[in-house]
Amino acid sequence: MMSDKEPLFSAKNRKLLTNPLGSDNPITIQVLGICSALAVTAKLEPAIVMSISVMAVLALANVIVSLLRNTIPSRIRIIVQLVIVAALVILVDQILKAFAYDVSKQLSVFVGLIITNCIIMGRLEAFALGNKPWPAFLDGIGNAAGYGIILVIVAFFRELLGSGTLYGFKVIPQAFYDMGYQNNGLMILPPMALITVGIIIWVQRSRNKSLIES
Amino acid sequence: MNTQSNTYTFLYAAIMVVIVAAVLSFTSLTLKDRQNMNKEIEKKQNILKAVNVTSTPANAVELFDKYIVEAIIVNSEGEVKSNDKAETFKVDLKHENKKDLSKRKLPVFVFNDTKVGKKLIIPVRGKGMWGPIWGFISMESDRKTIYGATFDHKGETPGLGAEISKPEFQKPFTGKQIFDESGVFTSLKLVKGTASNNPHAFDAVSGGTVTSKGLEAMLQDNLSSYEKFLKSSK
Repeated sequence: MMSDKEPLFSAKNRKLLTNPLGSDNPITIQVLGICSALAVTAKLEPAIVMSISVMAVLALANVIVSLLRNTIPSRIRIIVQLVIVAALVILVDQILKAFAYDVSKQLSVFVGLIITNCIIMGRLEAFALGNKPWPAFLDGIGNAAGYGIILVIVAFFRELLGSGTLYGFKVIPQAFYDMGYQNNGLMILPPMALITVGIIIWVQRSRNKSLIES
Repeated sequence: MNTQSNTYTFLYAAIMVVIVAAVLSFTSLTLKDRQNMNKEIEKKQNILKAVNVTSTPANAVELFDKYIVEAIIVNSEGEVKSNDKAETFKVDLKHENKKDLSKRKLPVFVFNDTKVGKKLIIPVRGKGMWGPIWGFISMESDRKTIYGATFDHKGETPGLGAEISKPEFQKPFTGKQIFDESGVFTSLKLVKGTASNNPHAFDAVSGGTVTSKGLEAMLQDNLSSYEKFLKSSK
């Protein structure tokens, strides 16, 4: 029977990890999780912390839902998923408050926002309900990483052009400001996050024509 | 088993909710002490920040014991009701601000350092846009000039209302006067961008109007109850 067993990182499983980074990205291709991508990308730091938190919650929720997938009554499956996600988010919040108080203060409202992140419900519904725990775990990590990559790219440009800093450190030299350079205040506001995401989608589709819908 | 039947669905939902509730209350109970300790340390750090003493979570307790030489509870008539440090520290403004003015316990922390002298630290608490805002105001020994201020919030919008917790917002409070020239209590008024040459006003946060107005009301409400205490010379 051992020969039937799929290796942990078979080609199929590796795809679960790598596809969401590019050709099946949750933000640019599935267009999920846009709301939080706009909210937390004014600076790099919250974007990175948010990505890590989403990864923890999504991977765990995927595994739990996948373990329970044969027992969940289909009529209340959305409620069940919501309860699991909400419970995990509260756990993460409580643990951060007890052991990493500074981080929890920075995250403040963002932790609660994880519950409303459509990627989480989307992956539970589309993948975890129909797959075994290990692939579901990889799918969770992969999608959260794909989400994180876009968040970091958007936050990089918004923080650089909007505040002249990166991860809180000044990168644009004072001499530039003396010559009349100014930070672009518009980059801090949410509309520019949407435009930046739009530019990323444009670049990605013009490089990979197979992604363009007919 | 038929996972589609009504009985199964109801049972499933009931059991799931009980399990989740049990797990969450267990976590909450086991972590409560640690969380409260973190909050106490944070409060001590904030009190110290109002007199420009920077501390880390590791040395906050030690610095607090060293610099805060006295802590008293006064009433709105300016009479000292208690001088127990631990009791004063525990006073919760959330409850006190709901009481009648004459029944409120008003905490005052006394800071003393040989270099900068004696300062009084007064806690304030009010409403922002999304939730509570609070802070500590330290007064010079003349009891009318602000020496330092620190503010914090529960969930104001980052980049807008949340700016009140940034040093750029708090620094300009130093040197402001809460009594006018004839000694009448005025608190500080909210203005747009012209506060730098007005000792009785502070600048609003752009994009954070509701939070700024909440902060103005918080200063007015809380500081006014100390009026008699601050006027009583000592």
